[in-house]
Amino acid sequence: MALKRINKELIDLGRDPPSSCSAGPTGDNMFQWQATIMGPGESPYAGGVFFLSISFPVDYPFKPPKVSFTTKIYHPNINANGSICLDILRDQWSPALTISKVLLSICSMLTDPNPDDPLVPDIAHLYKTDRTRYEATAREWTRKYAM
Amino acid sequence: MSSDNDYSDEDVDYVFDDDDMGIEDEDSDGDDGMDMDDFKIVPKTTRKAWEIEYTSLAQFAVEKLMADDVEHICGILGVDNSTASLLLRYMSWNKESLIEKYMDNANKMLVLAGAAVPEPEPPRPSRRPPSRKPKSPPKDTFVCSICFDDSPDLISLALDCGHASCSGCWSAYITSKIRDEAEHSCRCMAENCALVAPDAFVRAQVDEETCERFEGLLVRHFVSCAPHLKFCPYPACTNTVSCPAAASKSSLTTVVPTVSCGARGIGSSSGSMTQSQELVKQATGKEHKFCFGCIIDTDHRPVVCAVALLWLKKCRDDSETANWIKSNTKECPKCMSTIEKNGGCNHMTCKKCKHEFCWVCMGPWTEHGTAWYSCNRYDEKGGIDARDQQSKSRASLERYLHYYNRWANHEQSAKLALDLFAKTEKKMEEMQITSTLTWIEVQFMKKAVEELDKCRMTLKWTYAMAYYLAKGNQKDLFEDNQRDLERAVEDLAELLEAPIEPENIPTLRQKVTDKAVYVQKRNEIVLEDTADGFLEGRWSWNAAVDGFDPPQEMAL
Repeated sequence: MALKRINKELIDLGRDPPSSCSAGPTGDNMFQWQATIMGPGESPYAGGVFFLSISFPVDYPFKPPKVSFTTKIYHPNINANGSICLDILRDQWSPALTISKVLLSICSMLTDPNPDDPLVPDIAHLYKTDRTRYEATAREWTRKYAM
Repeated sequence: MSSDNDYSDEDVDYVFDDDDMGIEDEDSDGDDGMDMDDFKIVPKTTRKAWEIEYTSLAQFAVEKLMADDVEHICGILGVDNSTASLLLRYMSWNKESLIEKYMDNANKMLVLAGAAVPEPEPPRPSRRPPSRKPKSPPKDTFVCSICFDDSPDLISLALDCGHASCSGCWSAYITSKIRDEAEHSCRCMAENCALVAPDAFVRAQVDEETCERFEGLLVRHFVSCAPHLKFCPYPACTNTVSCPAAASKSSLTTVVPTVSCGARGIGSSSGSMTQSQELVKQATGKEHKFCFGCIIDTDHRPVVCAVALLWLKKCRDDSETANWIKSNTKECPKCMSTIEKNGGCNHMTCKKCKHEFCWVCMGPWTEHGTAWYSCNRYDEKGGIDARDQQSKSRASLERYLHYYNRWANHEQSAKLALDLFAKTEKKMEEMQITSTLTWIEVQFMKKAVEELDKCRMTLKWTYAMAYYLAKGNQKDLFEDNQRDLERAVEDLAELLEAPIEPENIPTLRQKVTDKAVYVQKRNEIVLEDTADGFLEGRWSWNAAVDGFDPPQEMAL
């Protein structure tokens, strides 16, 4: 069942790709994907290309896919391992969600971080107290790691 | 609870047509009541001061209580069973608050509980169980939005919200929610839809085993919401204990609610055991005794929960560290910082207060004058004062270790009780061979061992209690009782360990029986005296204990 659904998602992604993301299997294994996200224009990540790894559980879509950044990124909700703190990837997951929707959510998270539920408290603190310095660091990291 | 049950007899007008649901409502059967009584532990007519009244309930008995609550709500709010169940679960089974809030704004409550879809379709509290519309899929138009299957024999299912997907997906989804996530409310699979699948819908989608798990989860949720109920903490046990007397936190300062769910042994409760295995387990397994008031899953009488927990915490934090500190460090005579000397000469300078002193005599270094490195001034006044100070701070450590070591000793002995049981059984067999006693007649040994085990448990906790008891006559009396019990217990233990000689067996039997009775009596005296003390508020503590008056003075 999972395979059929993943195939269908891949076809849909090819037919109607979201504007700033792309995704597809890395090799023959359909359960292991790679995705890219273009840093949103109105964010300090603009111009960067971020790679993510997606691994589907065998009972997908009843369990959420495991999504993590492989490109280093300076963000209150993404830690040094690339783990993402996003509700729809955990308890708010619904089988009706798709990879395309997940990637769009991550995009909007890049534009609007959620500092009240941070994964990296230091960055969240900086985001709340000194926005310019946060943006400068994020831009710096983007230039260093994502360009 | 009893006042709520009054409603269940009323002729409430609710319609529950489960015919089209294809399930049976097991809860409303009448024969449950009879079985339930079998499971009740008949309260002893003469309840001792240290015992508490409680009832043990099997899972179906709790399910009956839940069904009563659901029916009660059905009757008052005029909703169907499934809706009532969802509402109750959402409100943590608080009926009064549910009724109040429902009367206030019925729609809002229904939406919050996931029993109805929000506007624009203003839902009337529906009397019909949610539809399971087996839309015969119109020629290859239905494609399941979850698995994208489109085979013509696909059955499409939806809750009241109409978000359809195939029955296979529903079943896989609900099964994974229940089995992997231990979740009793399964929301609609669609994004942002908060509708919860009604119980009947859930039961219809999953296999028998998952269904059982689901019922178990509902029971656990119900039990966790009711302060007078507690789930048996023993592995694989599904019983619940009802103990209204210990439901409030304030009652825990006067009673130690040791309860037992009635079951014995550890192992799977259903199915996989043969009847004889079950019987063996019942006969030899340890009784499922636990404390209703706290998380300790043994009998911690005579000491109340707050003190027992305080003690356990202290032991976890302190015992090993305290032992190490005692053997490896000294305190600075001035600021009492603990210092480990790991090299260098005896001229110490405290890192914190810069006080200079001699490590050997603990006196100030200045008094040593020019007698460097040879401390021969034991009688120097400063030295004596410093050692006094030192010994005071050591005293509290010593005091703690005194109680801890005795506590740990009894715990260790209790752990060895299993060995003792085995040894005793062997001795009993031996006795049957070497003497004329029958199996029944050698049971005295087993009884004595059981009694010993019980008393060690009591003794163990008396040390926790004694550590925290404020100094005074009450504590002296308590420790006298403790000493008498301890002496009796050790005497009995010695008798039980003694080698058996055939000619002595009759005297040994007499002695062991006498001693066991005496020990039992001493144990009862300790338990009764402390229990009475709690009721009378006689005990006072040397530390701040939840629910008690603060300590009057910090005399140790």
